[in-house]
Amino acid sequence: MEQGELILKLRGVSKQFGAVTALKDIELDVHAGEVVALVGDNGAGKSTLVKTLAGVHQPTSGTIEWCGTPVTLDSPGTALALGIATVFQDLALCENLDVVANLFLGHELNRWALDEVEMEVRAWTLLQELAARIPSVREPIASLSGGQRQTVAIARSLLLDPKIIMLDEPTAALGVAQTAEVLNLIERVRERGHGVILISHNMEDVRAVADRIVVLRLGQNNGVFTAETSHQELVAAITGASENSVSRRMARKQGEVA
Amino acid sequence: MSGAQLDRADTRVRHDEGLSGALRAFFDRVRSGDLGMLPVFIGLLLITLVFSSLNPVFLAPNNLVNLLFDAAAIGLISLGVVCVLLLGEIDLSIGSMSGLSSALVGVLWVNSGLPMLLAILGAVLAGAAVGFIYGFLRNKFEMPSFVATLAGLLALLGLQLYLLGATGSINLPYTSPLVKFGQILIMPAWLSYLAAILPGALMVFSGLKTLKRRRDANLSSPGLSVLLVRAGVLTVALIGCVAYLEQGRGVPYMFGVFTLFVVALDYALRRTQWGRSMFAVGGNAEAARRSGISVKRIRLSAFMLCSSLAALGGVFAASRLASASQQAGTGDVNLNAIAAAVIGGTSLFGGRGSAWSALLGIIVIQAISNGLTLLNLSSSLRYMITGGVLAIAVIVDSLARRSRASHGRA
Ligand SMILES: Nc1ncnc2c1ncn2[C@@H]1O[C@H](COP(=O)(O)OP(=O)(O)OP(=O)(O)O)[C@@H](O)[C@H]1O
Ligand SMILES: [Mg+2]
Repeated sequence: MEQGELILKLRGVSKQFGAVTALKDIELDVHAGEVVALVGDNGAGKSTLVKTLAGVHQPTSGTIEWCGTPVTLDSPGTALALGIATVFQDLALCENLDVVANLFLGHELNRWALDEVEMEVRAWTLLQELAARIPSVREPIASLSGGQRQTVAIARSLLLDPKIIMLDEPTAALGVAQTAEVLNLIERVRERGHGVILISHNMEDVRAVADRIVVLRLGQNNGVFTAETSHQELVAAITGASENSVSRRMARKQGEVA
Repeated sequence: MSGAQLDRADTRVRHDEGLSGALRAFFDRVRSGDLGMLPVFIGLLLITLVFSSLNPVFLAPNNLVNLLFDAAAIGLISLGVVCVLLLGEIDLSIGSMSGLSSALVGVLWVNSGLPMLLAILGAVLAGAAVGFIYGFLRNKFEMPSFVATLAGLLALLGLQLYLLGATGSINLPYTSPLVKFGQILIMPAWLSYLAAILPGALMVFSGLKTLKRRRDANLSSPGLSVLLVRAGVLTVALIGCVAYLEQGRGVPYMFGVFTLFVVALDYALRRTQWGRSMFAVGGNAEAARRSGISVKRIRLSAFMLCSSLAALGGVFAASRLASASQQAGTGDVNLNAIAAAVIGGTSLFGGRGSAWSALLGIIVIQAISNGLTLLNLSSSLRYMITGGVLAIAVIVDSLARRSRASHGRA
């Protein structure tokens, strides 16, 4: 795939949950070799958008184009087959299965005689790339810590070598080293010419890796920014006003220092 | 050893090497509530002690042969129950389905003169169709399976009574292979011994292959001694059982066929993608769906398998009784089949279990029923005791689940 080629194009995507409009007329472009950060307050509709692209929810209206052709993402299987991998905010792992089984779930090697040895080797290799601290891949997921589970979920999304990878707050539960590894990984994925959609509340992380920052507010687009945009401006776009609790707090701090 | 093994990098994990390590790992698992088959073995031991002290005939080889004859039919039905329980679903109509299937065989084969095998095939296909309906209702209308199958229980029973009509029962020809299969056919001694040796041999064969592959891939392996001891113990135990049964009539073909089904389902559940998906859907259906698994298709397959096995179990029961009657599949058939799966260690909450639980569970149930019959106790008492055993099994299941949750083993 050409660097910079348009992979994913959303126009006028809306999602209605009964009376709640979670998304309204969303526009979004993702190019090959680009990291797009999706930011917004709690309940802004970020996860809903990601789930729509992952085939978990169906949009109420709007069009989704994949490499120039309109597609219907009617099930998670369809999205995965196209090359859209997702790390969900709630991780979506099977607690009764071990790490290897979760990593390969739905894509096991050798479906009529599972190749456990090969799967285990690939699992360890992948986890080491992420600097994972997982004692054993043969323990059920239920015995892992929150951060370890998050690492497993991230590793799983990489397994199929997707064209676009969507990470819904992937570093929320991660330690310092693991967060750095995930950011490195995002850059590696970008270098390989794949697209990344990153959701995070951590503006530092977002600025560190994002090529573009797309702001959602109350389920609607509220501007597209770059890493150079000032913090003030970004916060204003997220909260919808330049006069808000964040700016007041900052002003107060500066007042104390002065 | 060349460098650190892939899976031995973390220093916090105790590595259980060799025999003592395997034993230690086993005790750890049991303590955390991962009981597996342990309760069944303890239960069987208790039952044997009690009944053989009350009536020595209980342990007579020929009594045990009869016990195996009786176990096969409901065991097959219970095997299907394992499939639906793994998904956290239930099928309450298995008894009726087995009764309907025996009626179908009677009508198609004896009354209409169809070839026997065709009649059996027809009955099993009818089972698959019924399972398809349950799966459809569950998938399309999110109808809880216990409601759909409860409705099915009544409907299928009605159909069974309708098919059998006024006479109420159809006798199967006594000289037919089907009735012989259910009453006298015994595996030749050499075949039984071969069947006793084969599992251990296969275990060593595939175990050695895995050991080598793991070593080549720089993964740790439990070691040769563990493998050999496990295969040895298994082989000795199986040969012991066969030798004991051979002092009587021997191992019934019926039971052999049932065991084959268990082995096949065990393989499918543990070593194929379909089996992995079954456990995934039972553990967390939404996570399975997001992994690209077609949850609906998995559900459909489980319901169809369950009803088909119930139908085949009904054929076995008819061949055992040499008749298709209105009573077939009624009474305690339903409860026994479900109880066997649960007693054998398949969880009612979904996501945990094994095909072997059907075999072990049905032997427990059949042993209780056989022992009580030997003591000349009425069926009223038998019902109460089986009900009590089921309650105990469910309590063990719930307690083990709670313990697993607190030990982080889901
Ligand atoms: N399955 C659902 N049914 C009904 N409403 C929903 C559903 N999922 C999300 N919503 C609603 O849609 C809106 C957007 O939710 P969403 O999870 O997308 O927010 P978010 O931007 O990811 O927030 P956060 O930062 O807290 O993760 C919320 O108002 C939520 O209540
Ligand atoms: Mg969210």
